[in-house]
Amino acid sequence: MPELLRLLQEPWPWYVSGPLIGLTVPLLLLLGNRAFGISSNLRHACAILLPDSLKPSLFRHDWRAQSWNLMFAAGLILGGLVAATLMRDPQAAQLSGAAVQSLGALGVTVQPGLLPAELTDLSRPGTWGLLILSGLLVGFGTRYAGGCTSGHAITGLSTLQLPSLIATASFFAGGILSANLLLPLFLR
Amino acid sequence: MMISTTPSATSSSAPASTAHLLLRQWPFLITGLLFGVLLIKSEAASWYRIQEMFRFQSIHMYGLMGSAVLTGVITTTLLRRTGRRALNGDAIHVPAKTGPTSRYVLGGLIFGLGWGLAGVCPGPIFALLGSSLLPMLIVLAAALVGTWAFGAVQKLL
Repeated sequence: MPELLRLLQEPWPWYVSGPLIGLTVPLLLLLGNRAFGISSNLRHACAILLPDSLKPSLFRHDWRAQSWNLMFAAGLILGGLVAATLMRDPQAAQLSGAAVQSLGALGVTVQPGLLPAELTDLSRPGTWGLLILSGLLVGFGTRYAGGCTSGHAITGLSTLQLPSLIATASFFAGGILSANLLLPLFLR
Repeated sequence: MMISTTPSATSSSAPASTAHLLLRQWPFLITGLLFGVLLIKSEAASWYRIQEMFRFQSIHMYGLMGSAVLTGVITTTLLRRTGRRALNGDAIHVPAKTGPTSRYVLGGLIFGLGWGLAGVCPGPIFALLGSSLLPMLIVLAAALVGTWAFGAVQKLL
């Protein structure tokens, strides 16, 4: 039993969790012909929250027909809670030496948990800028591109769609630029 | 197991209450829960792992996404080949992504610029929020503003 608990608390190897992530696509199709994609929930939330006078046509869709996805997002929050309470990993991520060195050069030390202090310490003004700019770009970009990492990189690539390959390549191009050039501006 | 879902084509007739509508979707709540656990335990929601990925310093995230896509390709091909129907009887069909290439390139680049900063895409935003990392509320609020902003300028793009 302590052995099982330790296995659940340790990070799961990519060759175990990767295929399980991939199985989400056929599982949702089998459960009700639903195409896996999380960013649509941001659109649904805009449809629900915005008053009619401020609502662009993009948000005048029938979000009730997509209510399964809102339940999926609620499940994600519960899953995060379960993982953080019952399966919390006391160790810091076992990054490669090169990554530890690169982050160290930016003044970031690798601590236990999923986010560094640079993203959670709200007494630093840089933290607010980082979180807000990141959210704005992700929200705008995902709707412009018609999907996020789940809708394009997982579902779209799994169903061999060329637009999703272009979107995924662009996600990575933007991420590489941002992590290497933009991020240091907020950390220094 | 019987799975009840929304009567998709008949939503115009006598709308059910929102709570009832949501409760009928419980299998998706469970699927989301499992996926949220996976995002955390696979470290896909780890800022450190995302930074490592964008610096090409480990196989971890590439192996994770590669094996996920490979599994998705094999299983969706099998579903198509066997003509399997969904549990509610619907024919299984993934809508094709359409629209001009510029949309995927520009939208993708903008998304990527955001992803490389806080290291989160929409799935991990929700999962990290659940692991009581409350600064994710700021990212979520900003992402909603970003989504709204796209809706506001969509016709100009």
